[in-house]
Order: sequence, then structure tokens, then C-alpha cells
Amino acid sequence: MINPLFAFLGGVDPWIFACSFVTVVVTVGMGFWSAKTSKTTSDFFVAGRAVSVGWNASAISGEYLSAASFMGVAGMVMSSGYDALWYPVCYACGYLFLLLFIAGPLRRFGAYTIPDFAEGRYDSPVFRKIAVVFVLFIGFFYTMPQMKGAGTTLAYIFPGMPYWGGVVLVGVVITLNVALGGMKGITLVQAFQYWAKMFAISVPVFVLMGVFGFYNGHLGATATATTPAVHVASVERKPLVEKAPADSAWIAPFGPLTTKAAKAAGLSNEQAKPYSLLYTYSLIMALVCGTAGLPHILVRFYTNPNGVAAKRTTMWVMILIGIFYVFPPIFGVLGRNLLPELYAATGAKGTDKIVLELPRMINERYGVWGSIMSGITCAGAFAAFMSTFSGLLVSMTAALAHDVYGRMLRPDARPAERLKAFKVSAVIVGGVAILLGTQVEDLQINFMVGQAFAIAAASYFPLLFMSVWWRNMTTKGAATGMLGGGLAALACTTIINLSDLKKVDLNAFWATHPLIRILCEQPAIWTVPLAIGLMIVVSKLTAAQVPSDIRMKMLVLHAPEQLGLKQEYIQEHAAGTGH
Amino acid sequence: MPPPTPAHDDVVHSESFLRLLMRRQLRLSIASAAAFLVALLGMPLLNYFAPTFMATRVGGFTLSWLILGVLFFPFVWIISWIFIQRSIALEDEEVAEVRRGKEQAK
Repeated sequence: MINPLFAFLGGVDPWIFACSFVTVVVTVGMGFWSAKTSKTTSDFFVAGRAVSVGWNASAISGEYLSAASFMGVAGMVMSSGYDALWYPVCYACGYLFLLLFIAGPLRRFGAYTIPDFAEGRYDSPVFRKIAVVFVLFIGFFYTMPQMKGAGTTLAYIFPGMPYWGGVVLVGVVITLNVALGGMKGITLVQAFQYWAKMFAISVPVFVLMGVFGFYNGHLGATATATTPAVHVASVERKPLVEKAPADSAWIAPFGPLTTKAAKAAGLSNEQAKPYSLLYTYSLIMALVCGTAGLPHILVRFYTNPNGVAAKRTTMWVMILIGIFYVFPPIFGVLGRNLLPELYAATGAKGTDKIVLELPRMINERYGVWGSIMSGITCAGAFAAFMSTFSGLLVSMTAALAHDVYGRMLRPDARPAERLKAFKVSAVIVGGVAILLGTQVEDLQINFMVGQAFAIAAASYFPLLFMSVWWRNMTTKGAATGMLGGGLAALACTTIINLSDLKKVDLNAFWATHPLIRILCEQPAIWTVPLAIGLMIVVSKLTAAQVPSDIRMKMLVLHAPEQLGLKQEYIQEHAAGTGH
Repeated sequence: MPPPTPAHDDVVHSESFLRLLMRRQLRLSIASAAAFLVALLGMPLLNYFAPTFMATRVGGFTLSWLILGVLFFPFVWIISWIFIQRSIALEDEEVAEVRRGKEQAK
């Protein structure tokens, strides 16, 4: 007789379980091991500042490749086809924007976090408090898809386990890990995690393609509106289920993802196309600008020893994540032909689990190898949501402990108290993230990450971009723009989620107003200009309040580090005006 | 008593140096961004106005899928590599200019 407590263990594939279990144990173990080497408070925040380019690039990539990249992209390519390709492309390309406009100056300015930058650039502790709020907003939006990834993966490994069980289990393990380990552990663990994820996505893809036929063969089996399918002998195709999108809509641009709102309003294909174009541009804008505004990514630029190293790091990050992003869509394409039954399922059992389940098909031909491959992708999924979740948790916890506690509530706290505050904050943030995670089973992983990007694009991106390149920005201008754009994006995405989760019924309204639906679902196209516009107008109105030492600040941001202006600036600042 | 602040009348602290610095860097960044944005924002337009051409089969892929799903990544690497080389060269040049200016002033 099986103890009812362990009933969820029924139907578990031992290979898959073993691979996942090893990943979790190694990750947690590395966290604890490195916790011993990071004793001081500053170690917790920026990892002692000396990390080599290779390690740092791997660590940034490891942190960046979240559940959305590992599971969500494949799931969305399978469910929506071509339009979903914008996600991996823009996830990778957003880094270019970061490199071109923001990484260098911010690194020269030398603040720990975006709130540090906001305070330093405007000499305003008040502005810092406003800026720090968005670390939490964006962070929580980004943790929700990670939690969905966790719930989906555990529901796949343990067929008897409810979705929320996985969310709680993974959430608790990582929260404890962060509370005890801090960021020093995270750098090392993240770098390892990148290579684990790369291995876990690429090896099963090659094996799958070797067994079932190549990427182009499977894509060729799908007919477009103008060209028939190209049949390759090795490529089999199972009949599509009723809920699956038709071939010609799936493989072509402006498919189900971007036309959904217009179709719900009863528009024809031709009428829907302009809406679809608008949706696409807004999505691109959110993802490209949003990357530059992600709080947990920027922190790592300060762990580079100098500006040249920071640039080299960014180059390597783009190569590392660019190679990675070629693979997930392959799962989506093969999945459409081999596992179409996933189209009929929803929530944790839907297309978001294609990466986990597809390799198991190999079992049909080569015995246990399918389970092993599936175990590998499960291990990669664990690496994905665990690393991103812990990176976010560190950023959000630092915001709470370093900013809210250390600067606002108890500026005179002793180091021991600060360390304790870090641990307590980690538990609070982790708890809220778990709670939110249990609510979002029916939203697509990738879609939710896109929302976090949209909020970052309308708040932090304009703040950073304008502060770095426009000297006439005032504190009031920056704050108004960031709040205006960011809160508008936050409101839109929240409404969409509440509506899609059926907490409020807006379907009748959306059906009559497809344009509003699109502008809410992908708000970046109007919220980013709104934020920048507000910044310019309000700064002009308050032009007298431009910081008096603005020329020196701009020099520190833009002059090469070899000139040593930073040290000079710090000395003057310490000596001079009211600090 | 605060320590004496360094003199701010040299080249580095002048308004003209800052303007030159920012203008050069911004020009480089904008040129690189433009190359990237033309490709990125051009893709939806091509899809919109030349759907048949973009649906051309290239070894099983459609042309549009091949570009976006595979070729776009190396393209971005090239842009960023060029940007990094130029940006490092630009900084070295700026540092050399400042040092030359200081020596002449002596």
C-alpha cells in the first residue's frame, strides 16, 4: 500500500526524475558551498566586483535565459507559429540596444543598481524611492512565468501533482537558497547554469532531428498560402487536432498571435492585417527596449573590472544567447508535427511543456533513450526557472533590504542587522512570488515575460536612455516620465491578465474595441513615447532645476575611464554640497 | 575645511570637450542602431507588402522564417563587434588627445 502522501509519485519516469533531482541538488549545493565564501554584506550585493569576462558573460546569459526562453519560446512557436519568433530574436537583440546606448555610460558612472543611478544622477534620495518601486513591479511580473515554468515541469515529472504544488515546492527551495547564499553564489551557479541549459536544449534537439527528420524538413511539411508542402520521406506528420491553427496561418507572419484581437472582433483576414502589423511593432518595441530596463541584468555590468571588459562581456552574452535561441523554435516546429495532441490541452498540460515531452517520443524507437533525453530537457528547465528566479529574487531582495530597509527605514542599521534584513526580505519576496505564481496557470509563459519587458520598456528604459544622453533632464521630468509610462504599462498588462484569467469579464468590450485590446496587450508602442514625451515636457517646465554640476556628471558618464574623472567626482561630491 | 577642489579650466572639463565627446559617441551608437533598426523594422514591412516573396521556400524554410529564426543572430553579432571595436578605438583616441593637450599646456 502506498502512503497517500506519496501518491503523486505514481507514474513517474525514473530517468526524468533522476536528471531533475540531480540538477536541483547540484544547484542548491553550489549555493550553499559558495555561501561559505561570501561573508560580508558587500559580497552579498555585487559579488566582490571582480569576475572575469568569460564567467560574467556566462552568468549573465545563465540568468537571462529564463523559463520563457527554455520552455516558453518553443511552446509559443508551436501554438502561434511565425509571430512567436519575434520573441527569441528580440530577447537577443535587445542586448544590442543595451550595449549601444546604456552599458558603457552606466558602468562608468559606477552605481550598484538602477535606483543607485537614479539617486546619483539627480542627487535625489526621493527619486531613488520612486525608482526602487519598479524593481519590484517588473520583478514580480517576471517571476510569474518562472513559477508557471516550475509548476508545468513538476506537473510533467509527477503526473499526479497539482500545478500549485510544483510552484510552492520550487519557490520554497530557491527562496531558502537565496536567503542563505546571496549573490556570490549566484554568479558561479549562473555561469554553470548557462552551460547546463545550452547542453540541455541542443543535445536533445540534435537527437530528435536525427531520429525524426530535420528542422527544414518539418517546416517544409507545412504548406503556406502560396506554396504547397515539401514532403521529405523521413518526416512523419500526425493529423492536427481541431484547436490547432491551420498551416497557412501558422507558418506565415501575422498569424494567430497577432490577429487574435481583430479576429475576435469579427474582422476578415485583410481587415485584420493592419492591426497585426501594429501588434508586431509594439511587441518588438517592448522586447528590444525592455531588455535594457531589466533590473536583474544591469546589476551585473558592475561586476566587470572596467568599461572595456563590460563591452566585451556584452558581446559574449549576445553570442551565447544568440546561439541558444536558434534551438527552442525547433522544438515548436517538430512538436506541431509529432505531438499535436498538446493543442487540445490547456494550462500546465498545454504547449508550454513541449520541450519536456517531445524527446520522450524517441522511446518509440530507441527504448529508454527518449526518457533520458526528456530527463535532460527537464533538468534544463529546472536550471532555467531556478536561475532566473534566484537572480530576480536577489535583485528584489536587495531593493527591499538595501533600499527600503537600509536607506529609508533604518539608515543606521548595523551590518549584522542588514544581513538579517536581507534574509527576511528574501522570504517576503519569495512568498509573494509563489502566491502570484499559483494564479497564472492559464497564461502562456512567454507572453507573461513579454509583459515584464513592456513595463521595463516604459519605465527604466526611458529613464536610463534620457538620463545618459540628455543633460537637461530634471528630477521631476525623469520621475514623471518613468511613473507615467511605467504605471500605464502596468495598468494595461494587469487588466489583460485579469481578463484572460477570467477574474473580470471584458470579452464583450474587447470584441467591439480590437484596437484598445491590442494597445493594452502590447502597450509599448504608446507608453514608451508617452514616458519620453513626459520627460521632455516636464524637464522643460522645470528647467531651473537641472542639477548644478550636470557637466561633471555628463563627463563621468561619457569620458573614458582612463581619464580618472570618476575618482575626482567622488572626492568633490564628498567634500562639497550637502552630502 | 573641505579639501581644495582641483582646477576646472583644463581641456577635460571644458564645455567643448564634453560636447565633442558626447556627439562622437552618440553618432557611433546611432549609426550602429540605424543599421540594426532598418533590418529589424524592415522585416514586418517586407512581410506585409511582399508576402509571396517572403514565403519563397529555401530548403524547406520560408525565406521569412530563415531570416528571422536563424540569420538574424549572426547579423547582430557583426554589428556589435564593429561597434565594440570602434568604441574602444574612439576612447583610446580621446584619452590620447587629452594627454597631448596636457603636455602642450605645460
